[in-house]
Amino acid sequence: MIKYLIQKEFLQIRRNAFLPRLIVAFPIIIMCVMPWVMQMEVKNIVVDVVDIDHTVESQRLVQQIAASNYFIFGGQKATYAEAIKDIEKGRVDVILEIRDGKYLIAANAVNGTKGSMGSAYLSQIVTSRQQIVNSQLSILNLYNKGQNYKLFMIPALFAIVMMLMTGFLPTLNIVGEKEASTIEQINVTPVSKWSFILAKLIPYWLIALFVITVCLLLAWLVYGITPAGPVWLIYVLAMLLALFFSSFGLIVSNYSDTMQQAMFVMWFFVVSIMLLSGLFTPTRSMPQWAYLTTYINPMHYFIDAIRTVFIRGGGLHETAHQVLALAGIGTLMGCWAVQSYKKNS
Amino acid sequence: MKQFIAFVIKETKHILRDKRTMLILFGMPVVMMLLFGFAITTDVKNVRTVVVTSEMSPRTQQAVERLAQSEYFVITQTVNTPREAEQLIRSQKADMALVFVQNRGMQIMVDGSDPNMAQQWTTYALQTIAAPNSQLSIINSQLLYNPQMKSAYNFVPAIMGMLLMLICAMMTSISIVREKEKGTMEVLLVSPVRPLMVIIAKAVPYLILAFGILITILLMARFVLGVPLAGSLFWILAVSTLYILLALSLGLLISNVAQTQLVALLLSAMVLLMPVVMLSGMLFPVESMPTILQWISAIVPPRYYIETMRKLMIMGVGIGEVAHEVAVLAVMTVVLLAIALKKFKQRLE
Repeated sequence: MIKYLIQKEFLQIRRNAFLPRLIVAFPIIIMCVMPWVMQMEVKNIVVDVVDIDHTVESQRLVQQIAASNYFIFGGQKATYAEAIKDIEKGRVDVILEIRDGKYLIAANAVNGTKGSMGSAYLSQIVTSRQQIVNSQLSILNLYNKGQNYKLFMIPALFAIVMMLMTGFLPTLNIVGEKEASTIEQINVTPVSKWSFILAKLIPYWLIALFVITVCLLLAWLVYGITPAGPVWLIYVLAMLLALFFSSFGLIVSNYSDTMQQAMFVMWFFVVSIMLLSGLFTPTRSMPQWAYLTTYINPMHYFIDAIRTVFIRGGGLHETAHQVLALAGIGTLMGCWAVQSYKKNS
Repeated sequence: MKQFIAFVIKETKHILRDKRTMLILFGMPVVMMLLFGFAITTDVKNVRTVVVTSEMSPRTQQAVERLAQSEYFVITQTVNTPREAEQLIRSQKADMALVFVQNRGMQIMVDGSDPNMAQQWTTYALQTIAAPNSQLSIINSQLLYNPQMKSAYNFVPAIMGMLLMLICAMMTSISIVREKEKGTMEVLLVSPVRPLMVIIAKAVPYLILAFGILITILLMARFVLGVPLAGSLFWILAVSTLYILLALSLGLLISNVAQTQLVALLLSAMVLLMPVVMLSGMLFPVESMPTILQWISAIVPPRYYIETMRKLMIMGVGIGEVAHEVAVLAVMTVVLLAIALKKFKQRLE
């Protein structure tokens, strides 16, 4: 019985002119384009210099700024007010004013990270000549030796692609049948709730398998990045995440009356889950109330675990906690998906 | 005109009837503003630090105490070997380790998987441990516009750009497609109202709705998050209205291209979400991208809107400083609207 139901789901996907193309093209495009976008490195900071002193010393400093790979020399300005005009136009990020041997660094801090890091780098350059390097102190960067931002973001992209593919598609599934009134026909057949929901979920897990394989292959082919830990563990994690999101999509679908409603609800959850997961920003910096939500956020467990496996080279031992949590949340959601499906409307 | 108003009322009733969607439409911006304003920060805080030492010398003691007292670091435990510390970092129980090797000084071992954070953590740690540097006093640093470095200043304009774009596009993209799918479009088209009027009548309630959301966001930004509205309120509202029109046009275009609700929703929610979040400069600075992507981001409308709002709201510049961005938005609106209307007519023939 369940075999035919799965076959029906695949037929429905295949007959749609848009869905197969989306399933194939979306992960490929995302994986090929997005790692280039997600560069959070602070670089190309444009600096205007207001040099009142005109000493040899200050001239050398200007040259040093222009030579640094963090900064782009924006130009010499006669007065501070002129430089401020440049900041207001958005052409310049930082101003360095040199007056009476003293330095004033003014940074546009609308983007706090950029502003503070820009001024920190600049003050490093200014002080570097006087500073005595402390040979007693060394810094060791673990795991990501090349400081490659792509390595950090590619596991995050796996998560985003998996979430969008296995989350949004099932969300529109049952409610779509409701709107097309074809669900009535299923409801009068002797198909049990379990096999009906399972038949809806399995195709999305297969899609997830396909998607994660494409993602891993592209990471290797395009960026030459391969997982440092075991590959099978990445598959396990991906399937657990797919279990959660596909079940969650069906739950939303079960409770909604129209596709639009389902989409809005799902969209809201997707964006919140994503932003609070530590995918882009560190969770430890969140206020306490927001940090509490990470205990029930499956994406948080997934992103922690996959980064451990992919970048830090951890195995099952290091990620046992996350795997268990993901499995628990996923199973719970699967049961809820079955429970919330009503055969009689 | 009377017919037109009747049509607008009909569309408004359609929207108001769906209580749950209405709740989400106003609930979503409120929740997202709170998340962005308070929860999403890139500050350095609570960095879990492990101390690796076999015995505490006075010098070790001093460095550890300095770290423990700062608000940025939390000393979680002390272990004996660097290997143990590395294992703790690998299993995500710590972010950083302070290693004291006998006679060889001190080493900061840091989880480098996130290069940006790793760099900030080490910079902060060095500053905290190092004795106050007298050389620094000749430098005077100043953070303009956002002295407390609140993330909300950066994110509020971004969230306005994202929410207005996606809500408007998602709402309108479905409005025409739904009539097509249900077969009620024919009924509308044989009515004595001109097709153009049908479309405009569909857009008007969403325009009002989006304006309501805009006001909600601005009020929250000002009174809950404490983000300044430094520039002229008139221009903030005027540019936002232009942007809403642009988003509505995009929604109409999707609606005319898509044949089913499924396609329209996936296009406007999933496919559109990626460029809006990734290429608009909302999370990732446009100037760090490769040139070709900078060119692609030039056709992403939220990029200009977010830039304009950051300048108008936070920096408080005059409209003259953002004339370029506003002009681009205006041209985009006209082009999108023209294509949307043209596509609509073709379908009728």
